[in-house]
Amino acid sequence: MLAYLIRRLIQAALILLGVSFITFFLLFVLPADPVRQIAGRSATPETVANIRHQLGLDQPFIVQYWHYLTGLVQGDMGRSYLQKTEVATLIAARLPATLLLMLGAIVAELIMGLTLGIVAAIRRGGALDQSLMITSFVAVSAPQFVIGLLLLYVFAVKLSWFPIGGYGSFSNLVLPALTLGIMGSGWYSRMMRSSMIDVLRSDYIRTARAKGLRRFRVLALHAMPNAILPIIAMIGIDIGIFMSGIVVVESVFGWPGIGQLAWQAIQRVDIPIIMGVTLVSACAIVLGNLLADLITPFIDPRIKLR
Amino acid sequence: MSLMKNILATSALSLSLGLASFASAQDYQPDPNAKPGGNIIVTYKDDVATLDPAIGYDWQNWSMIKSVFDGLMDYVPGTTELRPGLAESYEISDDGTTFTFKLRKGVKFHNGREMTAEDVKYSLDRVTTPATQSPGAGFFGSIKGYDAMADGSATSLEGVTVVDPYTVKIELSRPDATFLHVMALNFASVVPKEAVDEYGTDFGKHPVGTGAFKLSDWTIGQQLVFEKNADYWRSGVPYLDSITFEVGQEPIVALLRLQQGEVDVPGDGIPPAKFNEVMDNPDEAKRVVVGGQLHTGYITLNVQMEPFDKVEVRQAMNMAINKDRIVQMINGRATPANQPLPPSMPGYTKDYEGYPFDQEKAKQMLADAGYPDGFETELYVMNTDPNPRIAQAIQQDLSQIGVKVDIKALAQANVIEAGGTPKTAPMIWSGGMAWIADFPDPSNFYGPILGCAGAVEGGWNWSWYCNEELDAMATEADSITDPAKQEERLQKWSDVYMKVMEDAPWVPVFNENRYTMKSGRMGGADALYVDPVSIPVNYDYVYVTE
Repeated sequence: MLAYLIRRLIQAALILLGVSFITFFLLFVLPADPVRQIAGRSATPETVANIRHQLGLDQPFIVQYWHYLTGLVQGDMGRSYLQKTEVATLIAARLPATLLLMLGAIVAELIMGLTLGIVAAIRRGGALDQSLMITSFVAVSAPQFVIGLLLLYVFAVKLSWFPIGGYGSFSNLVLPALTLGIMGSGWYSRMMRSSMIDVLRSDYIRTARAKGLRRFRVLALHAMPNAILPIIAMIGIDIGIFMSGIVVVESVFGWPGIGQLAWQAIQRVDIPIIMGVTLVSACAIVLGNLLADLITPFIDPRIKLR
Repeated sequence: MSLMKNILATSALSLSLGLASFASAQDYQPDPNAKPGGNIIVTYKDDVATLDPAIGYDWQNWSMIKSVFDGLMDYVPGTTELRPGLAESYEISDDGTTFTFKLRKGVKFHNGREMTAEDVKYSLDRVTTPATQSPGAGFFGSIKGYDAMADGSATSLEGVTVVDPYTVKIELSRPDATFLHVMALNFASVVPKEAVDEYGTDFGKHPVGTGAFKLSDWTIGQQLVFEKNADYWRSGVPYLDSITFEVGQEPIVALLRLQQGEVDVPGDGIPPAKFNEVMDNPDEAKRVVVGGQLHTGYITLNVQMEPFDKVEVRQAMNMAINKDRIVQMINGRATPANQPLPPSMPGYTKDYEGYPFDQEKAKQMLADAGYPDGFETELYVMNTDPNPRIAQAIQQDLSQIGVKVDIKALAQANVIEAGGTPKTAPMIWSGGMAWIADFPDPSNFYGPILGCAGAVEGGWNWSWYCNEELDAMATEADSITDPAKQEERLQKWSDVYMKVMEDAPWVPVFNENRYTMKSGRMGGADALYVDPVSIPVNYDYVYVTE
């Protein structure tokens, strides 16, 4: 187990190194000059040259990358080109909001996905099952931008149940968490349905029913816990999926997380911020996957980590 | 040597600047209905990058910085008329190269210390030193000793002298008629050395100025709160107790919140998709203030690339574009343009009719120039709405005269890069990156975007047009510093732009209007909501009525 963990952590470090190299390289070859974004339109050529030199952007690619990497291992993510603030400060200020949103989305997708999946499994083959599965298909496919604006329009503008965007209280969290979670809930409902159907077919459920237990008791205490187990392991992988969704969702709802930060940085070629957010997201994805793998043997003792 | 004395300087200068509104040449008259107090909420999509006046250079933080800091010069609210700011008066030497500013006494920074001439000198040294990385450093190029600052051989501007604690003398290396405008730019704001030293590069997040408001809270990614500076040196203003800037809000969400009464000014304006809906609703339309803007949207024709190296071809392009239709496409949010300068800019040539819209003649001219079957070319454009749609309209118009256009819609940074790379972009539609004047003076539309200095790698003269004769005329115009000869100077500038139109390196398309929406409780003259210098709103002078 320990050896496995160490091996996985080394792999994770290599993946992050690769991500940093590829991102840095792509930003380097991008036909857009960060110095011109900093210098603005009235800057004289010498101002531009000065800024380029001070930021070390006149150095060859490999030197720039090495500087970035040596800074990074010492915990220095650099300063934003345009804001001049430390990237670590900017990310630290926004990360809690993103984590809260993800947590909210996980809760939302589990509640929605598991409920729908169980109902569909019980009513398997019926009209309810089919309409639920079509709904889940739509949920998986719909663009988050559209879902977000739709929820915002109906529940915040028309019904005034929730505030229109913003941050700070539970009511602010509901709509963005639903928007981010709705795609996952589509997946979960489908997985929960098939997992539940498998379990309901198994011998111990038949035994439970045969010994005269009430239907609800069988479902709630015997079937559901076993059907949910394989799904728990999926949550770690969700983090990666969320990372791509937060940019859009945070933008629509004015949620002050790192997705917004990344989006603004990309517009202005603010390389240190883009690098920082990319690496933090990559960390989250790698750790999420690792977590998912580590949990699996506890859920299913037949699986061993080697 | 006699000095032109200018106490409370505006009248002579503004009369000569030649704008209609200048005829009255009054400083701002306090609004009799204004009530002090209250808080307003302003929203933005993007977080504020910085409030450091030496660094901030986008239209979002520009007016915020104006409310936190002051410079020696300022503008009368709602106009393009200069007035003294931290300077109480100034004198200009006869040859126009020495400016002596007398400072107001008793002006205090937000940290309580009195502002003196040393601070003025420090601030100008700071903005011109390369370590600051100020995008505005180049504006100070006419101050004696600037070159030594730029190449790092000096740490202080030779031309700026502290005469006594309330007098600062600035010597220029050449006459510069725009110098007072330069001193009104945010980049020339006076900052206290001790605060800059304390916060270093984070000064932009902990600004300390002399302005009407001070920053009281900044929660990154969420909001900034400005609090009234009770000791502000201009008496009676600001009216508002505080301003909350909520960031991270999509324009469409901001509009919905405004309609619910939760927001007072959506800083990013009315989203294009909602524009007609808002303007068709009388209740909402009456809360929209419309004004001009020192902006021109244009197509650059790269004179170094075939076939735009032929002046006939460029003139033909000027005749082939249906500007009225493009203005219609953006819901009439602009006025068709026929020259580089916008109509509200001094030096605009009123009686110029421009090239007619005449596709038959354009076709004939192409044939005469040796392109009877037209040609193929590329049009670079920024990829955000409405720019690709405008590019399609241009594409259709040009297909009428046989020119086949391939549209390259890219992110802003990529278009800017292509424009500044030699022989890369034959045509660029400037929308989304277009020139908005830094200060209301005709020279500001020439140097970087039409002069030889900008026609370099990494420059902003995307038509790569370089006419040394015009450069000489421009220099000549800007050496006329005598306010009494202002008319002559503006005529020279008008001549420069008319010559530009003859050579036709641009197709001027339209001048954008500004539409500022506000909540029903916002008070203050309409001019404050379309202030040419403070976008979207002049925060120091607006107030709330409830």
